[in-house]
Formats: sequence, structure tokens, C-alpha cells
Amino acid sequence: MEVPILKQGAVLIATFQAALSDADLNQLRMGLVQQVVKFRSRAVIVDVTAMDVMDSFASRTLREIAHMIRLRGADTVIVGIQPEVAFAMVQLGLTLEGVATALDLEEGLAYLNEKFKTTN
Amino acid sequence: MSVGEIQVAIKSDQDIVSARQKGRLMASEMGFSSGDATLIATAISELARNIVSYAHKGQITLKMVNGTNRQGISVIATDNGPGIPDIRQALRDGFSTSGSLGLGLPGVRRLMDEFEITSQPGRGTTVAVKKWRQ
Amino acid sequence: MIVAKRNETSRETMTLNNQAPELARSEAPSELLRELVAHLRQNRTQLREEWVVRISETRLLTAMTKEEIFAEATSIYDSYVEALETEAFEALQAYARNLSERIIPRGVETHEVVGIVLLLRDVLARSLFAKYQNDFKKLNRILDAYEPAANRIANTVAVGFVQERERVIRQQQEAIRELSTPVLQVRERLLILPIIGVIDPQRARQLTEQLLRGIRTNRAKVVVIDITGVAAMDVTVANHLVQTVEASRLLGATVIVTGLSPEIAQTLVTIGVDLGKMNTVGDLQGGIEQAERVLGYKVATLAEPEPR
Repeated sequence: MEVPILKQGAVLIATFQAALSDADLNQLRMGLVQQVVKFRSRAVIVDVTAMDVMDSFASRTLREIAHMIRLRGADTVIVGIQPEVAFAMVQLGLTLEGVATALDLEEGLAYLNEKFKTTN
Repeated sequence: MSVGEIQVAIKSDQDIVSARQKGRLMASEMGFSSGDATLIATAISELARNIVSYAHKGQITLKMVNGTNRQGISVIATDNGPGIPDIRQALRDGFSTSGSLGLGLPGVRRLMDEFEITSQPGRGTTVAVKKWRQ
Repeated sequence: MIVAKRNETSRETMTLNNQAPELARSEAPSELLRELVAHLRQNRTQLREEWVVRISETRLLTAMTKEEIFAEATSIYDSYVEALETEAFEALQAYARNLSERIIPRGVETHEVVGIVLLLRDVLARSLFAKYQNDFKKLNRILDAYEPAANRIANTVAVGFVQERERVIRQQQEAIRELSTPVLQVRERLLILPIIGVIDPQRARQLTEQLLRGIRTNRAKVVVIDITGVAAMDVTVANHLVQTVEASRLLGATVIVTGLSPEIAQTLVTIGVDLGKMNTVGDLQGGIEQAERVLGYKVATLAEPEPR
């Protein structure tokens, strides 16, 4: 399953589907980092609104994406985690520590704009 | 009360997705809240992933179970893989799941109401978990 | 043998209804039961009347009118005889639940329901004594057939009532719990969750779920959880609190915990709860002020403007 990556100015937006397999996630991880390099993006927003399960593998992949992108000097924001998914994640001890989160795409963009303002 | 049972063969990471989708559907049909259905689906995902990572293939069985006065869902994950040499250690909460692959078993235990594991090195592992409807 | 078998199955009340019909003894009990049922049908009016009189004499079901008691007595009597006849208890069980649903809100107590069923059992037994008093052997056999069935009926009704009562209590508990954890929006993007009383794991979960939904629907960026009213905090409750904070962050909201008493703080540090994950402020007012700073509002007191 292909994960669509949208380029919006200096920001890349990747939208996850509900039924992503491990292989899809691995592919996305490589794809995103390559695109950040290619477009010299300043930030990536990963939208997980459609994901109804976030297990340890998905959560670990998100953290790895964020860390790799940070090594390229860009930011990552995870947006759209559903309340029930968040509850299950903390039960599993998955807290995405050190990764920025926001309620939805709109909030994620607002967060980045604020950040760009202060670093410009 | 009829007893519904679904078996899902786990051979690849694709099967992890289909096992948890079937589990969520079954839980919703049984009247679990969507919050509980999410916990159940997440637990199934972890158990199926353990099979793929450690034993390569195995099976997940989803079953409706009746207790005194209540109804629940039972999830049984079996494989004929290498087994777990030290179950106690596998159940210990690492809590820093960072980096290490981790068995995720302590987490699964927290997601569900009942948890049982039997494992024989060289023979395989069976994890049986249950969640009761509130 | 039969006694032993019954003991084995009566441990779990739910299986009472599924008991296999008894094996035939020297004389088929079903034959006797049929005779018994015919007798109870024939004398329905009189026996029912007698029963109703006994109910009012014993001052049971005082919350109900005479007419209501009579109507219920008729239904119970007929279901009772039917259960004796068919040895199928589903209908009776359903009736017991339905009856309980109607009379629990009227304040009818468990002892009253059990009481009236036992009265009926006795009224019917007396009529059997009267009918068979000249044939002692037959009376014995009739009672052998009647008593176990009658006891199962009493059991079924009592269990049905208690189950219904428990269901009502559970429902009420849930309603109270919902009321006891209000998620309040004090201004745009700011929620306050005052927690009062004892937190058990179930309530902690409900609280977290409600808060997470609240964050989503109100698009909250900051949440102040005030625990001034929390009676006691142990390691389990503290871990729940930490989880609530972490889950809120996953939705992009910052949590500020207020009202942590020195005693509780001391306890938490002693048991080794990681307070570093929690953003704590002394009292609710201070918490709201900090929340407003996070949201980008300037907080100023009228008398003395803050330098920042």
C-alpha cells in the first residue's frame, strides 16, 4: 500500500492509511527521508488520523523516522492520534518520547509556523 | 449462546494486519466499546508480530467465551518456534522499549484482563489472553 | 447419587437451568409431576387466593397495591406451574427478570421476593398434604418430585432478582462516576479536570478516556488536572496519572497537575514515581495562570503588573 506524500512549501505531509503493514512502514521510512533530502524540506508532518491501531512496531518506526529526519536538520510532527489509540499506546508503554505531537494537520502546521518564526 | 471462532494463519506481516482487523470486528460485534476493541486489536497486533518475528509462522485463534455472568473474547497465539527460554524475563517490564525489538508481552498483559503463557524451548509458544466485556 | 449430582451442579447458579432431567426412579417422576400440575391447575383460583392472603398477612410487597399484587401473583402462579410442568426455566427466568425490572424501582427488597416465592412453595405443599394425606407413600413420592423442582424455581427467581438488582446498581455507579469527573472548558483550548475522591483503576481509565475525548472535541492545547480533592494516592493511582499525562501529550496537549499536597509528593518520591514527566504547579489558580502563559495569554494582576 502506497503512502501518499504531499509537498506543501517547506513541509512534507505523509498520510497513513489504516491497514499499513510492516513492509509499508519500512518503505515509508526510507521514502520520507529521501524526499526530505530531495526537496530540502524543513519539516515533515505524519498524519496518522486513519490508523486505528498503533502497536510497538508502528510506534518505533515513527520514532525512527523522527530521529532520521532530525539528522537531516528538519522537524517531525505526528498528528491525528485518536484518543482510543493514545490510550492503548500508553498502556503498552509507547509514548513517542522526544517526538512532537499535535491534534491534527491544522495544529501541526500551526506548530511548525510558530517554530519557523522563532528560528528564522 | 453460539460460540463464534475465527482462526487466522500468521505467515507474514500482512497477516498481522488482517488478524487485528478480524479481532476488532469480532469485539465490536460482541458489544465491546470501541476503546476496548482498540485495546484488543492492539494486543492481537503485538501477539501476531511476536509470531512473525520469532517463529515466522503460527496461528491466532479468536473465540467468544462465556464466564459466569459475563462474556468475553479469547485470543490464543500459538507457534512452533524456538520458544522463550526465560519467560519471567520476557514478562518483566523493560519500559524503555526503545531500540530493542522487545517481546511486548508485559504490554499485552496490561491491555487484557487475563494472560497465560506456556513456552518450551525448541517446541514453541502459546500465549492465551482474554478480555471481559464491562 | 442424585443428591451428590445436584450438589455438584448447584455450585454455579447459572447452570441450574440447564440441569439434565432426572433419571427415572422406581416410579417415573414425570408421571407424578403431571398429576401434580393437574392438581395445581384445577385449584388455581383457590390456591392463588390463599397465597395472596398469606402475602399480605406476612406484610410482604407493602410498596404495591392489592390489585398489583394480585396481577403479579397470577402471572407468577402460572409461570410457576408451567415451570413445574415443562421443567424448562427460561420463561420463568425471563419473567423473573422482567418482574424485577418493574418492582426494583418501587423499592421491593430481595427478602420480599424470596419470601413470596417460598410462601407459594409452602401453600402448594400444604395443598398436596391435604390431597394425599390418606396415602402416605404417594405423598412422599409426590413431594420427592415436587420439592427439588420447587427449590429450583425459588432459586431461579431469587437469582434473577439479584442479577437485575446488581445490573441496576452497576448502572447507577456508572452514572455517578460520569458525574464525578467533569471535564470543564474554562476558556478556548483550556480544559480543567478536577478530580475528587477515591480513584480506582476503573475510574482512572474512565477519567482518561473522557479527558482524551474532551481534548479532541474542544481542540484543547492545555489541560489542568487538579488533584486537591484526591483522598489518597498510591503507586497504581500515580501511574495512572502519569499515563493520563502521556496520553494527552500524544494528542498534542500539555498537562499541568495542581494540588499535589506535600504528603502526596513525599509519598510519590518515596515509591519512586517519576515526577519529571509531570508538569506540576502548587494550586489550581497557579495552574490556570501557567496554562494561559502556555496558550500565549499575558497574565497580569491589576495592582502590580508582572514584569514579564
